[in-house]
Amino acid sequence: MSHKVIVPIGPYHPLQEEPEFFQLYVEGEKVVDIDIIIGYNHRGIEKLSESKHFDQVAFLVERICGICSSSHPYAYVLAVEDILGGEASLVPERARYIRTIIDELQRIHSHLLWLGLAGHFIGYNTVWMWAWKYREPVLDCFEMITGNRNNYAMLKVGGVRRDIKEEDIPLLKKMLDELLPAVDMFKGAVMDDPVIQARLKGIGVLTKRQVVDWCVVGPTARASGVNIDVRRDEPYGVYSQLDWNVIIEKDGDVFAKTVVRILELYESIHIIRQCLDKIPKGEIDADIKEVPPGEGIGRVEAPRGECFHYIKSDGTNRPLRHKIRAPSYMNVASNKVGAVGGTISDATITLAAVDPCYCCTERVAVINKPENKKIMNGWDLIKLSQEKTRDMQERYYGRSK
Amino acid sequence: MDVKEQIKEKLAAKILEWQEPSAKRIYLTLNKEDAFEAAKLLFKDLGFRFSTASATHTSLGFEIIYHFSFDKTGEIYSIRVFIEDQKHPEIDSLAPLFPGAEWIEREIWEMLGINFKGHPNLKRLLLADDWPQDNYPLRQNHES
Repeated sequence: MSHKVIVPIGPYHPLQEEPEFFQLYVEGEKVVDIDIIIGYNHRGIEKLSESKHFDQVAFLVERICGICSSSHPYAYVLAVEDILGGEASLVPERARYIRTIIDELQRIHSHLLWLGLAGHFIGYNTVWMWAWKYREPVLDCFEMITGNRNNYAMLKVGGVRRDIKEEDIPLLKKMLDELLPAVDMFKGAVMDDPVIQARLKGIGVLTKRQVVDWCVVGPTARASGVNIDVRRDEPYGVYSQLDWNVIIEKDGDVFAKTVVRILELYESIHIIRQCLDKIPKGEIDADIKEVPPGEGIGRVEAPRGECFHYIKSDGTNRPLRHKIRAPSYMNVASNKVGAVGGTISDATITLAAVDPCYCCTERVAVINKPENKKIMNGWDLIKLSQEKTRDMQERYYGRSK
Repeated sequence: MDVKEQIKEKLAAKILEWQEPSAKRIYLTLNKEDAFEAAKLLFKDLGFRFSTASATHTSLGFEIIYHFSFDKTGEIYSIRVFIEDQKHPEIDSLAPLFPGAEWIEREIWEMLGINFKGHPNLKRLLLADDWPQDNYPLRQNHES
């Protein structure tokens, strides 16, 4: 007879910013079912937004997420600009270039952050240290342009709040030039390493069908061969004027998701370089005073996928309804199929592979029988994952690393 | 025949109102009984992706908008339905059609108190377990 064990993971973890709670049902080592419980970090932002005026809401939604902290304000201002007639006709070209640069810089630092965490989860702490080391200059550039490492406060309805200074452009270019060899190194270190391949291939697979049914978005969907990217499908900023590619992989496993994100780093660098070369001089703000009644939808390709904002205005200076749907909302739900069928030592990396604002493994209780409860901390679960990698390394190299 | 014409042809008289307020934004108003069929047409037959749903409480009742994204053209087709019953608002769940609708329906259920008939797992998503029953934070008359 099979013996079902419940392994709760969560809800708090200091590594990432959003608490979620996963309850894994395991038989032996195999995960047979999963319950996902969220809401620990629900701050009522949609309700709060109804009490702020349109200018303040950009600051409010910036605080939804500290990592993709320009995606939410960007989607929000696009929604308001949808009511006003559209970004392309409203916002000065220079402002749209600046928006695109910020959006892509953010993608670079977010993907590097994920790469580091993924490395840590499977026991490649060198990848973790290096990814975060190379993320620092990106944050320095943010500080240089916006004054902040996160929560940039750049977006406003009708334009951007700060200009990029001419003397900063060579420094940005220099940062990108220095980042490129680092991305080359990561590409080699991850894609050519037999242990990483063995560890991540075939793990946490999402099929194309599952991606469609669970309405998964972003790199998680693109790793399963679903060709969607808001930047191309409904271009905002200046993406339609630039030369870049949507990265698609077919396998849908953790390895494919890693590859998509690493290759997207190249595209982001390429996009920013073009922006810095082409950026025209001119105004950066259309100076919008009033928002007429109506409804608008704005969406951007956040580092994790489509970020969706819906605004309903009744002509006052506050939104009547503001619906926010972050990409992780769809992606985290898909863990219901992604993690089931795998082993418990793969659960950490599988749950992390959708790059959720994932924040879970702080306390773990392994329950064998109701009266026999063993409490482990989150580190134990990561250790389990790291041990598996170490076993594989020993098998490959015949010695302990 | 492009999707816009197919939708117009298949749903025909069921479309109460057709709005295109800006480029790539299409809003269709339907009776709430027809929402399931329309969602099935868009999601299953025409290959739309479900983005999310947004529900609003007004003095006239509840408005739910299902946002479907057609990624080939970058258009968003939003199906709008009204539920006039303020006491026991109810609508068919889309979750049996595709699991991607499960979470958002749970959220609308707990935030606005709209019952989704046929939902496989209608329980709280975001609100705490000790949040009082029949207290819906996104309703207009909610006292915070």
